[in-house]
Amino acid sequence: MKFINKIQVANLKGRGGAEFPTAFKWLSVAKGHLKEFNQPCYVVCNGAEGEPGMFKDGYILQNYPEKVIEGIKIAMDTVGAEKGYIYLRQDYLKKFKNHLKKYIGKLPIELTAEKIGYLGGEETTLLETIQGDRPEPRLKPPYPTDFGLFGCPTLINNVETFYQISQIQHNEYKNTRFFCISGDAPKKGVYEFPVDMSIGEILKRTKNVPRFNYFVQVGGGAAGEILTKEELNKPLTGAGGIIVYNLKKTDTKELIKKWVNFFFDYNCGKCVPCREGLYRLREMLQKKEIDMVLLRSVLRTMRDTSFCPLGKSVYLPIDSMLESVKVNYKNKRDIK
Amino acid sequence: MKKITIKIDGKKITCTEGKMILRVAQENGVEIPHLCDHPDLQVKANCRMCVVKIKGRNGLFTACSTPVEDEMEIITEDKEIRRSRKTNLELIFGQHHLDCENCTWGKRCGLLQYQKPLRAKITRFPNRKEKRQSKQFGPIIFEGKKCIDCRNCVEVCPVGYYEIEKRGSDISIEPSKDKNKDCVYCGQCIIHCPVGAIKSDGEFEEMEKVFELKKQGKVLVVQFAPSIRTSIGEEFGMPYGSIATDKLSAALKKLGFDYVFDTSVGADFTTTEEAGEAIERILSGKDLPIFTSCCPSWVKYVEFYHPHLRKNISHARSPQMMLASIVKNYFAPKQKIDPKNIVMVSIMPCTAKKYEASRPELNFENGLKPIDYVWTTRELAWILKDKKIDLKTIKDDPADNPLGDPSGAGVLYGASGGVMESALRTAYFRLFGRDLQKVDFEQVRGQDGVKRATIRLCKPVKFGGDKCVELRVAVVNGLKNAKIILDELKEDPKKYQFVEVMACPGGCIGGGGQPLPTNEEIRQKRAVSLYQIDKIKKVRLAHQNPQVQQVYKEFLTDKKLTKKMFEVDFKPEGKSKIKIKK
Repeated sequence: MKFINKIQVANLKGRGGAEFPTAFKWLSVAKGHLKEFNQPCYVVCNGAEGEPGMFKDGYILQNYPEKVIEGIKIAMDTVGAEKGYIYLRQDYLKKFKNHLKKYIGKLPIELTAEKIGYLGGEETTLLETIQGDRPEPRLKPPYPTDFGLFGCPTLINNVETFYQISQIQHNEYKNTRFFCISGDAPKKGVYEFPVDMSIGEILKRTKNVPRFNYFVQVGGGAAGEILTKEELNKPLTGAGGIIVYNLKKTDTKELIKKWVNFFFDYNCGKCVPCREGLYRLREMLQKKEIDMVLLRSVLRTMRDTSFCPLGKSVYLPIDSMLESVKVNYKNKRDIK
Repeated sequence: MKKITIKIDGKKITCTEGKMILRVAQENGVEIPHLCDHPDLQVKANCRMCVVKIKGRNGLFTACSTPVEDEMEIITEDKEIRRSRKTNLELIFGQHHLDCENCTWGKRCGLLQYQKPLRAKITRFPNRKEKRQSKQFGPIIFEGKKCIDCRNCVEVCPVGYYEIEKRGSDISIEPSKDKNKDCVYCGQCIIHCPVGAIKSDGEFEEMEKVFELKKQGKVLVVQFAPSIRTSIGEEFGMPYGSIATDKLSAALKKLGFDYVFDTSVGADFTTTEEAGEAIERILSGKDLPIFTSCCPSWVKYVEFYHPHLRKNISHARSPQMMLASIVKNYFAPKQKIDPKNIVMVSIMPCTAKKYEASRPELNFENGLKPIDYVWTTRELAWILKDKKIDLKTIKDDPADNPLGDPSGAGVLYGASGGVMESALRTAYFRLFGRDLQKVDFEQVRGQDGVKRATIRLCKPVKFGGDKCVELRVAVVNGLKNAKIILDELKEDPKKYQFVEVMACPGGCIGGGGQPLPTNEEIRQKRAVSLYQIDKIKKVRLAHQNPQVQQVYKEFLTDKKLTKKMFEVDFKPEGKSKIKIKK
């Protein structure tokens, strides 16, 4: 409990993208476990990192595996978990299996594979996957903190969050986070900066401000928001990715198609707006003329009524693209 | 549970904390559109039609999956809510083949019900599933081009026969290819499908055939099952649980049937036989417990999943089969009708009865089939409507003699526990040679999935007896619950002596051939009315039914013949083939 207080003071927020206060999550799990003391309790490290253009968790696993393992161990001790899982997308598992095992040693921590890509990183889908069930999101509530893996209280945090836990433990936490810069940027890579640094400043510090006309996608390469160079004077929210696009060289219509196809490929098929909406978006985008009113109403319905974050997040990149960057659609009806 | 106060559209409502918004709204007369929700099933929140707003919270919430909290203020209608529902409904229409004329819902489905008020355009998106195949297994037909992927069938299937294949928009519900899984034809998937994507063989295309046969000089005989009398009225706008026995027979006569008989009389025969067999086996201790044999899904379930228990199933044919035996072998010669000239139709609340009637083991020695056609309750309602026969207004006309007047016990067959109760009433007579004074066995009644009881039958004191027999019985409805009893029997094979199982929840009143919608509340109303019929019947014991007694006296004079008419020994086949329908 003392350690949770330390996290609270550090004001650490989850680094998976949802930015949920970490201390609060840990407290919920600890309380949940206290209520049902005879039941097991689990800690899961989420290394699914499924957004295109995101590779900072891979970077951390490569460079600081001992810190991640330490973070998991602290979490297990704090909430009283008997078992931990490191849930990794398949290429990470292959790449980092051996050296992670070295640091795990005799600790009760199991490496396990994410199976379906993208949606596999959604925390309740992650639970279903580890349980061996059909990988689909669960209804919430109950939340994983109370009713998680095999129905037991479960703490799920991102790889980077566990890294930062280790930093807090050693009093080295400096309120920073990792950013991935990619796309048409000259100096692609993973950088560490204060959490509240503006996007424009990050580009400047990393010498990534393009000389050409550009726009960026921040968050993730599928679900992230599109911003023009005039809109960069704010800190980054969501997943820590910045993808730079050369405005002249980018076919924005193709880019939108690419996102829709990406979501289409990874949707699980559970709920109507996402399953059917993506099918229709894809269909509409293949046509020469697009009914923009219909396109927008499908997008809005997906945002407002989808079961899980996958369906909800299709709206933002497309809408922000349509708002900020000119996209040359032939309209069946006038845009409203 | 704590009582709380909430507001729905400004109206103050007191309700139980933790209940879902949709349920509370329904109980208070507020209609919120919903498709995948069914009170028999768990909340899935897949269709996203029931979205509402909650004051003080951002976004929309599904009413089916959001529990009420104290002082919650819920808004069920506004521009944004309507827009979302409308788009979702249009998206759903885009994966549903419209075939409203031949739909189990008969144009009363949620899709059509919500389409108008939401101003949804049915053809906004062309049906993307138009090329999906229809698959038939036994009498069940699954039409992929109508399926909206809600998964109710997957959940409700008692044997896990439906499987989810693939992901995303390619997702499809498929009959299992696993050789260790087979459909038992109960039709609960049909009852729980919100859009009529599943139906039984014949719905609703093949009924005219029967009337063609009449033109060719055939004699049309029809029988109707016990549970139909309290359910078919629903199809004609009568309140749930309306008793329509004599209207039903009147309608059948008007439809063109020459003779209308009551399957409940067949049930009286079944009781007479089965009670005898039960007492014999219980006293001798052979192949116990004895399982009831009326439910063809249960029989198929035992044959396929627990073949070692086949010997426990009663040899008695089911009521529809017994009645058919009597019609073609006793009634026909008596009326000087060639049995081959009789077309026997049975109206059943059940899809598995179609399968039962097709089993060759039941054919008579001369190869003649006892039953020629089996129609579901829905099919009968469909053709009555087609012929403009209104059950609601038709004048009562009772069923025909000599097989049209059942005992109260025979009517009880339609509800879970009814077979057991009927058998107990007659078993008493078999044991002590006297009739019971108090014939009600409350312990085996009701909608609980598993009912266990020890029934003490004692010889009346004034007839010299303190002699008592204790019977350990179990009554199961809903095939998923059968596993509970079978597990108990695995632990202790002597735990029960007599077990009734009906595959459908509530028994036949909840059968797979019944009108839509069907849910617990509706099943209860149908059942209550059956018990009412029994209560006011003069004859309440199967073996006391004069029509039954007459048949035994005139026709079933030797045991061998009785055996031929009333017993069966099934030779189970393996997994049923999945046929692709064009």
